[in-house]
Amino acid sequence: MSTDVKIPQAQTEQASDKNVKLPIYMDNQATTPMDPRVLEEMLPYFMEKFGNAASRNHSFGWAAEEGVETARERIAKLVGATAKEIIFTSGATESDNLAIKGAAEMYREKGNHIITVVTEHKAVLDTCKRLEKYGYRVTYLPVQKDGLIDLDDLKRAMDDKTILVTIMAANNEIGVLQPIAEIGKLCHERGVIFHSDATQAVGKMPVDVNKQNIDLMSISGHKMYGPKGVGALYVRRKNPRVQLSAIIDGGGHERGMRSGTLNVPGIVGLGKACAIAQDEMPKESCRLAGLRNRLRDRIMGRLDEVYINGSMEHRLPGNINISFAYVEGESLLMGINDIAVSSGSACTSATLEPSYVLKALGAGDDLAHSSIRFGLGRFNTEAEVDYVADRVIETVERLRELSPLYEMAKEGINLKDVKWAAE
Amino acid sequence: MAYSDKVIDHYNHPRNVGSLDKGSADVGTGLVGAPECGDVMKLQIKVNRETNIIEDAKFKTFGCGSAIASSSLATEWVKGKTIDEALAIKNTEIVKELSLPPVKIHCSVLAEDAIRAAIGDWKKKQETTKLVAAEAK
Repeated sequence: MSTDVKIPQAQTEQASDKNVKLPIYMDNQATTPMDPRVLEEMLPYFMEKFGNAASRNHSFGWAAEEGVETARERIAKLVGATAKEIIFTSGATESDNLAIKGAAEMYREKGNHIITVVTEHKAVLDTCKRLEKYGYRVTYLPVQKDGLIDLDDLKRAMDDKTILVTIMAANNEIGVLQPIAEIGKLCHERGVIFHSDATQAVGKMPVDVNKQNIDLMSISGHKMYGPKGVGALYVRRKNPRVQLSAIIDGGGHERGMRSGTLNVPGIVGLGKACAIAQDEMPKESCRLAGLRNRLRDRIMGRLDEVYINGSMEHRLPGNINISFAYVEGESLLMGINDIAVSSGSACTSATLEPSYVLKALGAGDDLAHSSIRFGLGRFNTEAEVDYVADRVIETVERLRELSPLYEMAKEGINLKDVKWAAE
Repeated sequence: MAYSDKVIDHYNHPRNVGSLDKGSADVGTGLVGAPECGDVMKLQIKVNRETNIIEDAKFKTFGCGSAIASSSLATEWVKGKTIDEALAIKNTEIVKELSLPPVKIHCSVLAEDAIRAAIGDWKKKQETTKLVAAEAK
């Protein structure tokens, strides 16, 4: 059977000169477009090789199982694990839930204390909050101005009831990389299990579960040019062997840790995405860091009072998060409406609160309201970066002319001294 | 979120952007909101002392597109009105004119506050002027 489906062409070619195709997608920490090579690999698994990977006694099942096991090996290889240590899930949110709730329940007799960080993704924070309702004690570590935790804080927080530490590898808003290997070492010295939500890191930077002492690790497909609705959880099998209570019970799939018929096409796609990332990472991360720095330098060369949120040194190559003082983020997004980026402004969030990650850096709510996250990815070009920089600069300049805060600052008024009328 | 055409129009072509001399006795200045809350509006009016008619109005706003549009519209509406007529402008009329969604209603409230604050400032100035004049007698 032929799978004669037209594969949409992503912008793999360099856009010539200033001739960029609009709108420009530069929100790759939210999600990534799928790589056409991933889709190509997945297609046979929808109609031709549609079998249930759990069907053990006919060729349809075998074909599906083969696809799944190849994917499992590819994922394991990318992160330095063995194939048996990879459990498939519906995505990183489920992986985080399974890791945290599963470990909490399994090791309840040993203790009830969990340590995490205030800047974690909600999939981790809300899971920890739920466990607090069930009698677990959770410590939320603060971060320093650069977004990194202080390892001494972690050491101090650990006690003899600590069973789990869950700290992300790369932050989704500010791209900051936590010292995972050191955190893992501290955990292992104390016999504490270490989970890391590595959704933003895997496929973007080298991750090795052994070198970095990781016991449980969440992985997502759609953040690395794979499909949505599929993810994985790495579960260490030796030194130490980690066990989890299942959240989803059923047919005992995935070594009993995650029942449910496997999403074969999604899993195959995730595997291919990992294989591509592994091949291309050294070159691609240099290219992305170059583009990211070009964007930063262009913007900062032309605009004053522009602040970078989070460490520049310990950061994902494709991420930059910038606050444009005196300009509100949503109005800036409105001005650059042919560019897809996101803002930490309250107006753009469902909760109408400014970004809790930026607030945790201690920069002040005003700078959180003025922040834009640029997430560069595999399909962004230099011409796009230049276009985005120009559009951002002209829009910020226009909005500052409109901003009473900018006018006051230029008059020499310290905005912190102003007694603002409460709303 | 999709913006209404009117919000987009005000955002792209804001009316009456700028500043009036806040030291002038005929000018009232309203500054409402707070940077931490993500919106600050400055709205100024210039009032004719004889007729009590608002002859000019200017604004500057730090805030989302709806906040910019609400204050831009407010300056348009107060111009040519008497103080009492301007005080009668309700935030709900701004909501209706700009088709603001529920999450953006606070932008219209802030615009109404800005009008009231500007008028309040102007009135205070008039009383001070009267007081000074009375003392001079």
